[in-house]
Formats: sequence, C-alpha cells, structure tokens
Amino acid sequence: MSEEIRTGVYTCHCGSNIAATVDVKAVAEYAAKLPNVVVSRDYKYMCSDPGQDLIKQDIREHKLNRIVVASCSPHLHEHTFRTALAKGGLNEFLFQMVNIREQDSWVHLDKPAATVKAMDLVRAAVCRVALHKPLTKGSVPIRADVLVVGGGIAGIHAALTLANAGKKVYLVEREPTIGGHMAKFDKTFPTLDCAACILTPKMSSVRAHPNITLWSYSEVTQVDGYVGNFKVTVTRKPRYIMEDLCVGCLECIEACVYKEGKFVDEFNMGLSKRKPIYIPFPQAIPQVPVIDPETCIDFKTGKCKKSCVDACGERHAINLKMKETTEIIDVGTIILSTGFQVFDAHRSPEYGYGVYPNVYTALEIERLVNASGPTSGEVVLRDGKRPKSVAIIHCVGSRDEKNNRWCSRVCCMYSLKLAHLLKEHTDAEIFNFYIDIRTPGKGFEEFYQKLRNEGVHFIRGKVAEVTDWAFDPSEEGKLVIRVEDTLLGFARRIPVDMVVLATGLEPHADAQEVRRRFNLTCSSEGFFLERHPKLAPVSTFTDGVFLAGACQSPKDIPDTVAQAGAAAAEALALIDAGHVEIEPNTAFVLEEDCSGCRTCIPMCPFSAITFSEETKLASINQALCKGCGTCVASCPSGSIVQNLYDDEEIFAEIEGVLSNA
Amino acid sequence: MATKLNFSERTIKFQREADPEWARQVSEHPGCEGLFSCLQCGSCTGTCPLSIYMDYGPRRIIGLAREGFRKEVLNSQTIWLCASCYSCAVHCPQQIHITDVMYNFKREAIRSHLYPKRFAIPVLAQEFYNVVRRNGRTSEFLVVLRMALRTNPLILFTMWRTGLDLLRTGRLKLMSEKLKHVPFLPKEDA
Amino acid sequence: MPQDYSYFPGCSLQSTGVAYDESVRALFALLDLKLHELPEWNCCGATSYMSIDEGSAFVLSARNLSLAAQAKHRDLVTPCSACYLVLKKTQDYVEHYPAIANKVQQGLQAEGLPPLNGVQVRHPLEILYNDVGLDRIKHASVRPWRGAPIACYYGCQLVRPYCDSDQQQNPTHMEEVLKAAGIPTVDFALKTKCCGGSLTGTIPAVGQRLNYLILKEAIRKGAGAIVTVCPLCQYNLDAYQADIRKSTGEAIDIPVLYFSQVLGWAMGADAKALGLQRSIAGKQTIKQWFAASEREEKAHV
Ligand SMILES: Cc1cc2nc3c(=O)[nH]c(=O)nc-3n(C[C@H](O)[C@H](O)[C@H](O)COP(=O)(O)OP(=O)(O)OC[C@H]3O[C@@H](n4cnc5c(N)ncnc54)[C@H](O)[C@@H]3O)c2cc1C
Ligand code: SF4
Ligand code: SF4
Repeated sequence: MSEEIRTGVYTCHCGSNIAATVDVKAVAEYAAKLPNVVVSRDYKYMCSDPGQDLIKQDIREHKLNRIVVASCSPHLHEHTFRTALAKGGLNEFLFQMVNIREQDSWVHLDKPAATVKAMDLVRAAVCRVALHKPLTKGSVPIRADVLVVGGGIAGIHAALTLANAGKKVYLVEREPTIGGHMAKFDKTFPTLDCAACILTPKMSSVRAHPNITLWSYSEVTQVDGYVGNFKVTVTRKPRYIMEDLCVGCLECIEACVYKEGKFVDEFNMGLSKRKPIYIPFPQAIPQVPVIDPETCIDFKTGKCKKSCVDACGERHAINLKMKETTEIIDVGTIILSTGFQVFDAHRSPEYGYGVYPNVYTALEIERLVNASGPTSGEVVLRDGKRPKSVAIIHCVGSRDEKNNRWCSRVCCMYSLKLAHLLKEHTDAEIFNFYIDIRTPGKGFEEFYQKLRNEGVHFIRGKVAEVTDWAFDPSEEGKLVIRVEDTLLGFARRIPVDMVVLATGLEPHADAQEVRRRFNLTCSSEGFFLERHPKLAPVSTFTDGVFLAGACQSPKDIPDTVAQAGAAAAEALALIDAGHVEIEPNTAFVLEEDCSGCRTCIPMCPFSAITFSEETKLASINQALCKGCGTCVASCPSGSIVQNLYDDEEIFAEIEGVLSNA
Repeated sequence: MATKLNFSERTIKFQREADPEWARQVSEHPGCEGLFSCLQCGSCTGTCPLSIYMDYGPRRIIGLAREGFRKEVLNSQTIWLCASCYSCAVHCPQQIHITDVMYNFKREAIRSHLYPKRFAIPVLAQEFYNVVRRNGRTSEFLVVLRMALRTNPLILFTMWRTGLDLLRTGRLKLMSEKLKHVPFLPKEDA
Repeated sequence: MPQDYSYFPGCSLQSTGVAYDESVRALFALLDLKLHELPEWNCCGATSYMSIDEGSAFVLSARNLSLAAQAKHRDLVTPCSACYLVLKKTQDYVEHYPAIANKVQQGLQAEGLPPLNGVQVRHPLEILYNDVGLDRIKHASVRPWRGAPIACYYGCQLVRPYCDSDQQQNPTHMEEVLKAAGIPTVDFALKTKCCGGSLTGTIPAVGQRLNYLILKEAIRKGAGAIVTVCPLCQYNLDAYQADIRKSTGEAIDIPVLYFSQVLGWAMGADAKALGLQRSIAGKQTIKQWFAASEREEKAHV
C-alpha cells in the first residue's frame, strides 16, 4: 500500500451521557498518539452540525483519509457521519464508528475503567480503519405493485390508500370475506359509531377499485426475492363458487337441502347455525357464497340432489369440482396486516367458560348486541331470558405471567363499550371488574366518565372465580363472582345472570410460520417486530416489508388505521424513489478459490446463495445478501469474503483491542 | 402477651347487603349528583384534615355509597367527623360536592337513628337544631351544656377553664336570646 | 363618600366573637362605612342545622336574605365565615335546584316575606379590599406596627367553596390589606387549613390537635400573632391554648386576633373599642405591643 494513512479521531461527550462516565479528554489525548492519527478531538455533540463540520474541515485541511468517531450506537448516527465524510470529499466507507455510550458509559460505573475501555475500543477502530477500502453502494429498482396480506381494517385501509395513489394492489385474505374483527362489531368505542356504517363502504370500495385485485379465501404460501422484487406465491382455496360468474343473488343458499342452518356459524362465534353453503354476513365482500366441504352432503356422500346448483341455473357459478389454484405475482413491497386472535377463554378455567353456558366472551357479546347478529340485537341468555345483572371481567388472559404478560390495550375500552351497550339493551345492573382502567386515547377518559355516570359499577379487583356455588339463598341459580374490592377493602360475592370475559389480544397461532415466510422477526410475545419502536414503527428488518395493525401489537381501530396509512406511505416512498440503495457490506465468492462444495448454500438465512450447475460455483445475490456473515464462516476453503468484514480488518481490530494487555 | 385469635370476624360482603337503588336515590339528591363520577382517586381523603381519625375517609364513603352499602355509610364515624371544611370538595377532580354528600348521610343517619348512642357530634347538631327552632338564634352555652348532659356530663369538668376564661373576657353569654317572632320552619326531613 | 351596608352579625358575634363585632363596627366607622344591622335576623343554621334538616335549613338562612332584600341596602355584610358560607350556599342552591327554590319560596311565603332578590352577600375583608382599596387603607393607617409579623389565617368557609374575589387555593387579600396598613406578615402554608370547627367541643382531643398544628406552624414561621376572619377559628385557636400547653408540654402562647382588630388599631382606634381585652391567649404580648405604640404616641404629643 503506497497511500499514507492519515486518520482523524473524534470523541464525543454526548452532553453528559458519555462524559459523565468516560474521561473524554483523556481518550482524545490518548488517540492522538496512536499510529496514523493526525488529528484527535473531543466535542460536546459530534452529531450536531458544528460537530460534523469539524470532520469536513479536517478532511480538507489535514488531508485526512480515514475517520473514526467514538460516540453512540451506529444504529443512530453511522449514517450521519458517513454523510459528513462524503460531503468532506471522502469515500463514506473509510470510516469506523466506536460505540462508547451504549457499550461503555451507560453500562459502567467505574470512570477510570470505562475510560480505559473507551481507549481500547478507539485503538481497535484506528487499527482496523487503516485497512478499509473505498466501496460503493448498490442500487436495486423497485416494482410499483404492492401486496397487502390480511383484509382487516388495516389491510383495507392500506390497500385503498395505495390504490388511490394509482398503484396496483393485491389484497390477500384467508377468510371468505374481508373485514376482519371489525366486521363483527356493532358499535365502536369511544364514539359509538356503527361499525358496519363506517366499514362496509370501505369494503365495497375495495371490491370496486380498478387497482385492487382481491383474493379472499387465499393465503400466501411462498415469498422469494428481495426489496423491490418479491416473487410471491398465493394459494387460493376452492370455494366451489366461481367468483367471476356469481352475481351474489344468494339463491343457492336459500335452495340448499338444509332448510335451516345446522352447523356452527364461525362468524357469529357459534351463537347461530349456518348451512353448508353460506355467506359469512350479509355485507360480506366478495358477495360470493362458500361451500364447506366438511358439512356438504355431496362432498361427504356424493348423494345430494344439489338443489344449489339447480338454483344457480344458467349462471353456472357453482362448481363442485373446483380445485385449489396458485397465483404467482411480482411485487416491489409488501404490507403485512394479519391482525390478531383473541385469547382462548378455556385457558382461564377459573372463569367457567365452556362450563357455564352464561359465561360469554366479549366477541360473542359483540355479535349478541349486533342488530344483524344471531338474535338481531336482542340480548338474551342461552335460555332466552334477559339478564338482569352482568359481570364484565377485564384482563382475561392479559397481564398474567401464566398466560399473556402484556396489556391487550383495547379491552378496557371495549369492556366499557359493551357495558354501555348491555345497559342500553337490557337495563341490567352492570359490574366491571378491573385491575386498572386504561383509557389513554382521544375521548377515552370522557367515555369512562360517561359510563360511571350511567351508574355502571366499577370494582377494582381481579375476579378470583366464577362459580354456580350458591352459598347464600340470594345466590341461587346465579353465577357468583368472588372478588376482592380492593378500593373498599373487603372481599365480595356478587351473583349475576351473565358473565362477559374481556379476552385479550394475542398473535395468531400461525404467526411463527408467517414470520418465517416473510423473513420477519417477532418480539418476545410473538407479535411481528418493528424495526424501531419509535422511529421506524411500521418498518421491519426486511427491507420492503411493512407492518400495519394489530399484527404488530394490540391496538384499536384509530391506531390501526393510522398505522396502515403510515405503512402505505412508506411503501409509496420506496416506489417513488424508484430504487433502493443497498449496503455494500455484502459477501461475495472468490471464484478462483470456490471448490463448489455447496456448504454455504443451506446456511444462508436469506436464501441469497445459488449454485450454478454450469460453472459449478456458488454465487451470492448482492440484493438479497444482508451481510450476516454466516456463509463466510462456513466456507471450508475460505473463499467467501465480506466487504467491511474481511479477515484482515477483523484481525486488525482484534489485535488493536488486545494490544494494550 | 399473645394476641387473641378471632376467627369469627367476617369480612366478605354479599351483594344482598348492598342496595344499588339507594345509591341511585342518593345521587338524585341536590348536591349529590356527582356520586357516580368518582374516580376513587383519593384526593379527598388525602386533603381531608380529619381523615386520619376517620374509619373510612371520604373516598371510601363515596365508594361504599355508590356500591349501595347503606348500613356501612350511615353507621360510619366518617360522616360525623367531617368538619365541613370543604377541602375535599374543592380538590375533587370530578367536582363532587363531597361535603354536601356527607350532610346528606348525616341527615339520613339521624332520621334512621343509625348513629352511635352518646356520640357527641350528632347530639350537638340536634341540640343546636332544637335551640334554633325554639329561639330563632343559637346559644353556644346552651347547646354545649345540653350536648354534654346527653352524652358525657363529666366532660363539663374538662371545660371549666375555658368557660372561666370566656366569662372573664365577657365572651360567655349565659342567657339565651329569643327572637320576638320565631320563624315558623316546616319540618320535612327530620 | 360614605357607603352603606346591611349588616348580619350572626349569633357568635354576640357571644364568643363579640370582639369581632366590636372591631368591625369600629373599623367601618373609621373608614366612614355605615353598617345597618338587619332587624330581627335569625341564626344562619351553620353546619349543625344542615346536618339535621336540609329543607328548613335553607328556609332559615333564606329568611335573612329575604330581610336584606327588603332593606334599603342590598349589600349584606357578614363577618362570620359560617354565616357567609351558608348564605352564599343558600343562594347557590336556590338558583340551581328548583326543588329547593320551591321549598324556600313556600317557607318565605308562610312568613309573609318577599323572595330573595338581588342580595349581595359580602365579607368585610373583601369590602376592604375591593370597596375601600389598598390606597385608602394605607392613608388611613396612622399607627406604626410595633408587634412581630403576623400569620394570616383564613380557615375554611370564607374561601371554600364560594370564593369569588380572592384565590381559593392561596388567598392573599388579608396579607395585602395588612401590608397596606404597614403590618408585616409571614408566609403561612396552613392559612386555609381547617381549625377543627365544632370538634373542639365534641371531640376535644381531635379538635385541639388541629388547633395545635396551626398554632405550632405559625410560631415556627416566626409569627408573633395569628389573625383570623372567623369567630369560630378565633375561638378555637385562642381558647384552648392552656389545654394544649398541658397536653403537649409545649410553651405555646400566641395572640389570636381578628383582622379587624389589628387594622382598627393601625387606623388609630382605641384598644377597648376593638375588644382587645377579650383575648385569652398571648395577653402579655398584646399588652406589650399596644403599650409600646401608646407610649410613642404620648411622647409625640
Ligand atoms: C371484542 C373486541 C371489541 C373491539 N372493539 C373495538 C372498538 O369498539 N373500537 C376499536 O377501535 N377497536 C376495537 N377492537 C380492536 C379492533 O378489533 C382492532 O383494532 C382491529 O380489528 C385491528 O385490525 P387489523 O386489521 O389489524 O386486524 P384484524 O381485524 O384481526 O384483521 C386481520 C385480517 O387478516 C386476516 N388474516 C390473518 N392471517 C392471515 C394470513 N396469514 N393470510 C391472509 N389473511 C390473514 C384475518 O382473517 C383478518 O381478516 C376490539 C377488539 C375486540 C377483540
Ligand atoms: S376526590 Fe372526588 S373523585 Fe377523587 S376519590 Fe374523592 S370523591 Fe372520588
Ligand atoms: S369537608 Fe369533611 S370530608 Fe371533606 S375534607 Fe373537610 S372534613 Fe374532610
């Protein structure tokens, strides 16, 4: 190497974040004496404009060709400093950042020791940066088409936003209809506006929109490719009715040999019965029935008179021979909006769900109070009587180390909503049992106040048990709540006619499979993990894949819609940019050394390595490679090298860090 | 000395002991409208100068009342210890007129004969009431004397010094004043 | 310009609070304000009556308002905090609750009295602050203050819940008025804390404890006297200091005066006219201070 290495080292105080625990001046003085170091400075805030100007100036004045900044995490400011290098006229990769905040000052108390550690880390960086080579960022074009997975309110809103912006959108929903959980509600908190009135117009727009291709009763089964260029396989289950031929007259359902519904109606949470041929609810989108092969006589015995087919007549929309089909599409970005599932109340046996018929889940009550629900909005117990007293138990399954440790965030509010609706429908005495009331949204606290003034009881205490044990004659024939009223300071027994369990929100049972399919990460509780909880809340660690709605964490409709809009905007931003820059920290195969052993190929978590049968060599797709380094370590012949992490650089760093010992 | 164990104490409350209808009636009384909006935040008990002497304190009185625990509320000392300082009422984030709610309970306790016998505070109130009805004006001397006689005459011995001081400074009026025309007052609540 | 007010002294001002009545009359006379006592006024009902019978409690107090409505002067001055509160509360409830307005209406009719229109319930402190004004007070104050600084104590019912001219959480009119008269004051965090009201009579241990807390804090703050606006506060803080000394073993002996007494003194009124001889606690201190001013005045003449 002929070039003379001239390094500048900048040690940041980060206000007192670093300076309180690390003697920053001493570090700077120390660095000044290290080999190749021409300039060494400390500064209060390196990330500020004047801080960056220091770097730019020094590059020019002192002809620096390597820069080391010792400050915070590269997550936060690597980009800032690289940009400063570029503006100063230096290749941005001739740079190394040292984290003396998260990895030093914030985690130590002993100032002298922390100072020595900072010096060690700076020395390592000075050694390694000398070996850095100029690199250039790659760039990939972005396809304009977008895939939205999950047709709840999140997916619907994201799809419409994108479609209205002129992008082509594929919306894939696994149920026979879109709408998600919201389609089941009667009213929505805190404004109590009718859920159907605000949701169904959006659902119809989805169907009518020329830019949206809706595939219901379908699932994404494979995802290949990378940001800008995903290849997605969608498997479409047979619904035995041809969507393009069906006119939505629903005469087939009428004509079914079952005169009455006989099978559990999933949409009504089992509170009513449906036929083998059915439509989940009157405003379902698409307006196309489904045949359930599990219950259809023809599928089971082949001996049905198929009156449905007759009813369809000339339209020939019913096709009992329909097979599963697959579609393969190319999209540039993906929005995941697969929502949540509710906690299974059987898992909290102390509340008697499944044992006492009059113990309901909140979702069941949503259907029961719904004017288009199984009882047309009549709130009655299983025996047809009106409840005179109702207990609503908050936090079922939530905030509980034995079940789900998180707060499900919407249950307080939906419990208040249901309390109001139940009171309105039945004039019953309503008892809410809560641990804390959490009403931190716009208009939420006011709603809580309204409920208190309606005379709904609020009893602070997690219910211990629900039984039919009548200890006192007044409890005969009732469900008895046993609870400590922690505010009044005594235990209570409260007999009621109906119990409603405010079951929490949790990730779908198949969230892990979906995560793998889309190459995402999950947070510890199983919801999809955002890239940054504050600054990148809808992005994921996979570029080009965004999150919206309750699949990321429990949230209400307003937040869901806001997030869906944000995800759509992020997708649009990528599309409008036309291409993405990719980090050059990728791995590449030194073809002359590759023996074609293929060890690396299954190791790559991103499926970025392919093997060419022609050349008998492995090659790495630069757009797919995330720079994880797994293949580098696995290659027996050492013929994979990774930019910014080649052996020389890593060894220099290790030697640097150890050379003080 | 070892504490004596007592297993007969029952702290569980059955719902039949509560009367939610009563709570609704209370909340319809002038000044008591706010009853149900209580947040159980405890500002009232926190600010009340007498809560440390009370069995429940204003927060729990409001909480008990709103759940319909009439007996507990009306039998409590809390309502009588309330000195009408209005601290709670002006602090309450829900602007509940707690002091007026306390008055409401005092009246009902008297009507229902639910306060402890020989309890000086309600007795004082009653004697005050009687004197005012009779004379149109009150007489501090007469009211205190009659309260003492009805509750604990011995207390008069602890009062001699103050009495003497007042007498010396011309502040004790032994004769009670009576208006020429004592207003007629309808007796509704009592 | 002389000003005229109707005057409602209330029962306490005829017995334990007689010095308040004397000093308010003397002070108002000095400032050329005329008080016209309502003829045949009756007890306001205070806290006790309301504890027994709400309906007639409001009629009782409304009768006084009705008398004032008949009188020539519609501004009704009452120095007692309890009377002030009860009269204001009656107006408030009559205005806001038709049921109560009806009862009151019927009660007054039975007595042949007119409805309570246009009466303004006022406290002397507020009159000094608003009608007289700090400037006039300053000019009228002829005697320099020779005593220690003062803790202004407002108690409860003047400021809570019906406090229309001062700040409810931290009233300052008393301090401002005293300051205008050249009388120094101390910061006093307990100025609106409860004195215990009638508990000193019913449960002495509790009532006296509340008195003690206020007295002790005033002394800790370096106050040489406490000045009050309410006959019950004055009585509670003044009359039990011997008992408190006995129960706590602490040397507590601090004068408790009415604001009208110290202001009257500053404006040159005679000690006797202000009822200064009627104090029980801190007698010596009071004597010394006022003797000091008197000596000065004599020397001056
Ligand atoms: C009982 C109850 C009452 C509520 N009441 C209110 C209220 O009044 N107001 C309010 O603001 N919020 C309320 N909420 C919260 C509300 O339900 C959520 O905010 C909202 O449903 C979130 O929308 P989403 O689209 O993210 O999820 P979801 O509504 O769950 O929709 C997700 C969609 O994705 C589909 N899907 C899932 N997995 C896949 C897959 N792998 N492939 C394809 N499709 C898939 C699902 O079938 C579904 O259609 C309530 C929640 C509950 C449980
Ligand atoms: S201050 Fe008001 S809201 Fe808070 S506990 Fe007391 S009464 Fe309830
Ligand atoms: S008004 Fe009564 S309850 Fe309220 S703070 Fe004062 S003494 Fe306590």
